[in-house]
Amino acid sequence: MSNTYRYLPDTTQDQEEMLAALNISSIDVLFEDIPAEIRLQGELAIPDAVSEPLLMKKMIQLSAKNKNANHYPTFLGAGTYDHYIPNVVDHMLLRSEFYTAYTPYQPEISQGELQAIFEFQTMVCELTGMDVANSSMYDGFTSLAEAASLAVASTRRSKVLVSKAVHPESRAILQTVAAGPGYAVEEVNLVNEVTDLNQLGQQIDKNTAAVIVQYPNFFGSIEDLAEVKKIAAENGALFIVSANPLALALLQTPGHFGADIVVGDMQPLGIPMSFGGPHCGYFAVSKKYMRKIPGRIVGQTEDESGKRGFVLTLQAREQHIRRDKATSNICSNQALNALASSICMSALGKQGIRRMAQLNFEKADYAAKALEKKGFTIINKAPFFNEFVVELPCPVKEVNAKLIKAGIIGGFDLGKDYGLENQMLLAVTEQRTKEEIDKLIEVLEAVVNG
Amino acid sequence: MVEYNDLIFEISRQGRVGSNLPESDVGHVDLQDKLPKHLIRDVPAELPEVSELQIARHYTALSNKNHGIDNGFYPLGSCTMKYNPKINETVARLEGFSRIHPYQPVETVQGALEVLYELQEELAVITGMDAVTLQPSAGAQGEWTGLMMVKAYHAQKGETRTKVLVPDSAHGTNPASATVAGFETITIPSNKNGLVDLEELKKHVGSDTAALMLTNPNTLGLFETEILEIAEVVHEAGGLLYYDGANANAILGKTTPGSMGFDIVHLNLHKTFTGPHGGGGPGAGPVGVKAKLIPYLPVPRVEKENDQYVLNYNEPLSIGRVKGYYGNFGILLRAYTYIRTMGNVGLREVSESAVLHANYLRKRLEPYFDAPYSQVCKHEFVLSGSRQKKLGVRTLDMAKRLLDFGYHPPTIYFPLNVEECLMIEPTETESKETLDAFADVMIQIAKEVEENPSVVLEAPHTTVIGRLDEVKAARQPILRYVKEEAAEREKEFARS
Repeated sequence: MSNTYRYLPDTTQDQEEMLAALNISSIDVLFEDIPAEIRLQGELAIPDAVSEPLLMKKMIQLSAKNKNANHYPTFLGAGTYDHYIPNVVDHMLLRSEFYTAYTPYQPEISQGELQAIFEFQTMVCELTGMDVANSSMYDGFTSLAEAASLAVASTRRSKVLVSKAVHPESRAILQTVAAGPGYAVEEVNLVNEVTDLNQLGQQIDKNTAAVIVQYPNFFGSIEDLAEVKKIAAENGALFIVSANPLALALLQTPGHFGADIVVGDMQPLGIPMSFGGPHCGYFAVSKKYMRKIPGRIVGQTEDESGKRGFVLTLQAREQHIRRDKATSNICSNQALNALASSICMSALGKQGIRRMAQLNFEKADYAAKALEKKGFTIINKAPFFNEFVVELPCPVKEVNAKLIKAGIIGGFDLGKDYGLENQMLLAVTEQRTKEEIDKLIEVLEAVVNG
Repeated sequence: MVEYNDLIFEISRQGRVGSNLPESDVGHVDLQDKLPKHLIRDVPAELPEVSELQIARHYTALSNKNHGIDNGFYPLGSCTMKYNPKINETVARLEGFSRIHPYQPVETVQGALEVLYELQEELAVITGMDAVTLQPSAGAQGEWTGLMMVKAYHAQKGETRTKVLVPDSAHGTNPASATVAGFETITIPSNKNGLVDLEELKKHVGSDTAALMLTNPNTLGLFETEILEIAEVVHEAGGLLYYDGANANAILGKTTPGSMGFDIVHLNLHKTFTGPHGGGGPGAGPVGVKAKLIPYLPVPRVEKENDQYVLNYNEPLSIGRVKGYYGNFGILLRAYTYIRTMGNVGLREVSESAVLHANYLRKRLEPYFDAPYSQVCKHEFVLSGSRQKKLGVRTLDMAKRLLDFGYHPPTIYFPLNVEECLMIEPTETESKETLDAFADVMIQIAKEVEENPSVVLEAPHTTVIGRLDEVKAARQPILRYVKEEAAEREKEFARS
C-alpha cells in the first residue's frame, strides 16, 4: 500500500503491526476465503486516482457544461422549482454533526437530529392540516405511490383512481409499484385541465381504495378538493392529496377538506433543484392511519429524571422489526433534506412563507395577463397558483431551443406526456423578476411572429 | 453552561422574521379576486417566528447534541460509517450541478449526464454487471427495483414464481421488499459456521423460486464460501440471484458479485461510496444487472449516442419508472467524485484496509467477549454479549456505556440469529490508534461488567439526556408540537 490516499490512514508500520497481531504475513491471507476462481486478478478497469486539485478543476469544468439557473432564468416547474433558499439553511446543513450521522438509533447522542425531525413533523402537519407526519420519504412521487399502497392495504380493496392531472412521473411510479401487490390503477380524465368529477363519479365503486388528486394540479390549476372528497367519501374510498407545500401557505389545507393522506415534496422549501434529486417526500395522515404510516416517526418522551427527549417510535410498523409484515420496505429516507426544509421554513416563518407564496401567485398572474395581452391563449380555466399553460402556434421544443439562445430556459413541454406539443407549462416563481418575465414574453412574441 | 432545550416553536415571538423577500415588482393581486373563498386558507400555518441569529443558534445547539463521524468513531455494523469527504460536499454545491432543473433540454445538461453515464459504466465494472440504473434512492428501493425485474423476467418467460428465499441473517429490508414486490418470503437458516446451509437451501429451492437474496459477505461479516454452489442450485431451478450490496465495502477490486454468479446487484452509495448518511438519508441505491435482465431496467436510461448523452424512455419490456427524474443526483455526484479520488488501486486498498481493520479489532476483543464465529471475517464482525448477560448486563447496557467514552455503539441485536449481538464495522478510514483506543474501552467495559456492573447498568452518565422511555413514546404518542398541550404537560410536571 502507498500513502497516496488521504482517506486511508494506515502506514506501512501500522499494517505490519496489525498483520503481526493476526499472525499472518500479508493481507491476501484475509481474502483466501474467496474461491480462487472468482478472485480478481489485476486492477478494476476504471480510471486511476486523481489528486484533489486536479479533480476540483475537472468537476468545475464538468459542471460548467450545464446551463444553470444563476445564469439562465428558468421558467421550468412541473414538480421542481427554482425558489430562493436563505443562506442560513446551507450553513446549518454543513454542520457535520448532522450530515455525517446516521439514523438516530441511539437517542442519547442523537437528540439534535431527533428534535429536528420532530419539528419537521410539526411543520408538515401545520402546512397540510393533518394530524401526523413522518420523518420523510424519498420524494413526492414515491410518497404518493406509498399512499396508494397504504389505502389498498387498509381498505382491502384493489383499485385506485388517479387523476390525469397528477404529475406524470407520480402516475408512472404508481403503475410500477401497483404491479407488486397487483392492484389496479385507473386514470380519471380531465375537463378544462381539472379532474372531471362526472367521470370520477362513474369510475368510482365499492372496490375503490382511494381517489388521488394533485393540489395545485400538474397544469397549475387548483382542484376543488371539497367536491372530490364528497365523491370519495360516498364510496368509502380514502382521499389522497398530493400538495405543493408552498402553495399550502395560501390555499385551504387538504386536512380541512377531509383528506386521509397528504403527500408531496418539500423541494420548494429549502432544497436545491439538483437535477431532480435528492429532494424530500413528505407523508401526512389523519390520526386514524397513524399506525399504518410508512417510514420513521419521531415521538416525544422523557428520561428517568422526567426531562423531555425524543426517540424513534411506533417502530412495530417497520421493516427492521416486522420484516415481511412491515407496512413498507423503506429504511433510509431523506432526513438531511427534511432538515434543510425545516430550517428554510423557520427562516421564512409564519409571515414569510405567505409572502413567498403571494409573490409566486402575483408573478404568475402578471405573466399570464401579459401573455394574454400579446394575444396568447392561456389554457387554464380554473384559478392557478404559480404555474399555468400557454398555447403556442408551434411545437414547444422549437420554441425552447430559441429561448435558450436568448439566455432563457423555457417551460415544460406537454407533448411527451399529454400529446399537447404546442402547449407549454410555465412556472413563475418569486425568483423571476419583471424584467425576466418581460424578456420571456418578448422572445415568445418574436418566435410567433416568425 | 446553561442547557438549551427549547423547540424552535418555543422561542418564536410574533413579528420576528428570519429572512426577507423583495417587494413585488409586478403589483399586488388580491387572492379573494382570484380564488373562491372556500379554497383560501383561513388559519395560517403556525411556523416559527424567529430571527436569523436565533435560527443559527438553535440549529447549532441541536447539532451539538448529535454524534456524527466527524465527532468520533462510529462502528455501526452494516452501515459503513466511513469518512465523508469534504470535496464531495463542495462539488455537489457547484451551481452547475445544484442549480439545474431535471427537465432542461438534454443539450443544456451534458455535464450532468456525463457524470451519470460514467458512473453507470464504472459501477458495472466494480460489480461485474453488464448495465446499471442509478434511479433507486436507497438500498431498500434498489431491492424492490431488482425484485420487480425478477418478476418481469419470469413473467416474460411465461412463468409464475412466487417465492423469494432470504437467509435468516438478512437485513429486514430484504423480506419487506419481497412483500412489496408481491412475493412470499421463505427464510433459510444459517449453519453453525454462520453461512447459508446448502442442504436447507436445496430443500426450499424449486420451480416456484423466483430469486435468492444474499448479502456477501453476509451480515455476520463472513464470506459465503459456497457461493458458487449456491448460485448453481438456484440457477438450476430457474431462479435468479440477487446481491444485497450493503457489505460491498469488503470486496472492491477483490472479487465481483458478477463473477460469484449474481444476476442483480444493488449498491448503497451512502455506505461504500461515501455519500453522507445525512441523519437517515438521502442515499442512493443503484442496481446492476446481467445482460439477460437489461430489457427490464427502469426508464429513462442514460445513454450515449455519438458524442451526445441522451435519455431513452422507449423500452417496451422495462418495469417502468421507480423514482422521480434520474435518481438522487447529488448523492450520485458525490460517489462519482469519490471513485475519481480513489481510482482503481485505491478502491482495492479500501477493501483491504477495511478487512484488515475488522480482523485486527476482533483479535483484540476476542478474549473478552464471545466470538461465535472463528473464521477470518471480512469488513465487519459480530460478538455476542452472552457471557456478560450471565452476569446480569445486557448488550444494550454496554452500548449505552460506550456513549460515555464518546463512541457511537456498534449495531446491536442484529443479526437476529446471534444472541445479544454486537456487530462491529470499523471501516478503512479509521486509524490504528482509534481502533486500539476503542478496543481498550471495550475491554474496560468487559471488566466493569465483572467488577462494577452498576456503572454499566446505569449508563450513560455523560450524555445530555438519560435513557428515554420508549414504551411511553409508543403508548402515548406525541408526534408533533401543540402549544396548548405542551403548556398543559408543563403544568402537570410542575405539580408533580
